[in-house]
Amino acid sequence: MTDMSATPDDESLFGAPVLYSRGQKVVHPSREQYVAVLKQAIDAGYTMCSDLTAVDYLTHPGRELPSGIAAERFEVVLNLVSITERTRLRVRVQVPEADATIASCFDLWPGTEAMEREVFDMFGVRFDGHPDLTRILMPEDWEGHPLRKDYAIGRIPVQFKGANS
Amino acid sequence: MTAVENVRQTSEGAQEMRPRSELGAKELMREVGSVLRMSEAEAAQLGQMPTDDEDQTMIINMGPQHPSTHGVLRLMLELQGETVLRCKPVIGYLHTGMEKTGEDLTFLQGGTNVTRMDYLSPFNNELVFSMATEKLLGIDGDVPERAVWMRMLLSEMNRMSSHLLFLATNGMDLGAVSMMLYGWREREEVLRFFQKVTGLRMNHNFIRPGGLAADLPPGWRDDVLSILEMLPPRLEEYDILMTDQPIWRERLQGVGVITAEEALALGTSGPILRSTGVPFDLRRDMPYLHYDELEFDVIVGSYGDAFDRYAIRLNEIRESIKIVHQILDRMPSGDYRIQNKKVTPPPRARIDESMEALIHHFKIFTEGFKVPEGEVYVGIESPRGEIGCYIVSDGGPKPYRIHMRAPSFVNIQALPHMMRGGLVADAVAVISSVDPVLGDVDR
Repeated sequence: MTDMSATPDDESLFGAPVLYSRGQKVVHPSREQYVAVLKQAIDAGYTMCSDLTAVDYLTHPGRELPSGIAAERFEVVLNLVSITERTRLRVRVQVPEADATIASCFDLWPGTEAMEREVFDMFGVRFDGHPDLTRILMPEDWEGHPLRKDYAIGRIPVQFKGANS
Repeated sequence: MTAVENVRQTSEGAQEMRPRSELGAKELMREVGSVLRMSEAEAAQLGQMPTDDEDQTMIINMGPQHPSTHGVLRLMLELQGETVLRCKPVIGYLHTGMEKTGEDLTFLQGGTNVTRMDYLSPFNNELVFSMATEKLLGIDGDVPERAVWMRMLLSEMNRMSSHLLFLATNGMDLGAVSMMLYGWREREEVLRFFQKVTGLRMNHNFIRPGGLAADLPPGWRDDVLSILEMLPPRLEEYDILMTDQPIWRERLQGVGVITAEEALALGTSGPILRSTGVPFDLRRDMPYLHYDELEFDVIVGSYGDAFDRYAIRLNEIRESIKIVHQILDRMPSGDYRIQNKKVTPPPRARIDESMEALIHHFKIFTEGFKVPEGEVYVGIESPRGEIGCYIVSDGGPKPYRIHMRAPSFVNIQALPHMMRGGLVADAVAVISSVDPVLGDVDR
């Protein structure tokens, strides 16, 4: 188990750089480290993944990231909870636009299945190893991913299934 | 794959559950395993079920228009006789893109948006949104004492009204129609109090970044006390009507069982997690506001069945009564919102006498206030579990991204687990015991 009581100045956790956002601990693994970091987090007591979401940084590229982490368009954000330690840990992973895929954490927490589907539905980020990557909130024949920043509000006329056939 | 292709390639196939005869064992495991975590052997066994023309199983849709689905939830059930073999929830019928809308509303307007998500616990939605905004602004420690205690009062009263509605709908789903009337009746008393305080029964937009919209009205203490006096004998009545009644126990005990490991792996929270014996309540374990200064018990179950979830909610009303009594004793006087020119509009009287105040008022309500760059996540305990708010700010007056971690959305994914191997008649009891709010599921 990684030492959880390391000093706050200690810049890395599970081999990935750490930054504090308004006092909240955020770990920034690379896409390659992602699954390994999550596995170590589970071993360290973060047995619950309470939230998985994404952000599209298309129009706000400049943001504070640890050195060595290059900003990409998409960011997948996980909120982990340690029930025994009563602490939270946030994980932010950069996902490039050209290859918007990332490993699925379905094998670690089956509960992320629906959340990853929501991220896929809303942002078009694909999850490798996800058992059932289909749309979850939008109709299955919908075009586009609504929460992307280049998907304007009201830009596309309302689509109804079978309306054009 | 290029980005453009990625956008175009959107149809990943239907969300429907496909008939067993069209599936190989591998696909079956993927489909079933996606929610059930079966072993390969188990899936192979399932796949070996006879798939002749005389198909032994039947796939039916329950919902989206079904009185017991609490809104527009659709469940696809694979039945063998009356036994549920598989279940897949299909959601999205109430999706209105509220997270997208939230990106186009200022932080001051955001409350009207988030309050409509989980429409049965509006105060908790507003509270978590306001707390996240305050954390981004760096004023979360400066909120006046009275505002903090008022927030706790409203959020606990909200827990009562929400759980009372659960008792009503749970009763209705199982045929205890008198319980439905009683539950709605008692909830109405609480909503009447909300109406007196905020002007609205639901969707209040009363808790705002920096404090609250207004002070408590004159006579509020008597109103709260009359509710606190009215409820305990009524709860006793519910015990007689339902808890101790053999038919009620028969319908709920041992139905929709989920283990602690499953509940944790699926990320569930609130009464569902606590029914499995995990004593996790954010009010006690990660205290916010002044919950750490209050005496209350975290109610846990031991079997993880529908009866435990019913009993937990019933007793949480009693705990909320205990909490509200303590809040009444300790409610301080003072300001109900932060006196910070950045986020607080000037008082109405000042607008008449000062041009600057008028401009200030106008600017705050048209442009909003700028929130420094950054991102925060705040989670609190809503009646349904952990409701979280993740906000990214780019330094402007509108959130760059607002995401609500909806407890119902996560909890509803436990349905296939709870229903598997049960009877179709129990499906109604299981949905009801999860207490989903579809506005929260779909947002």
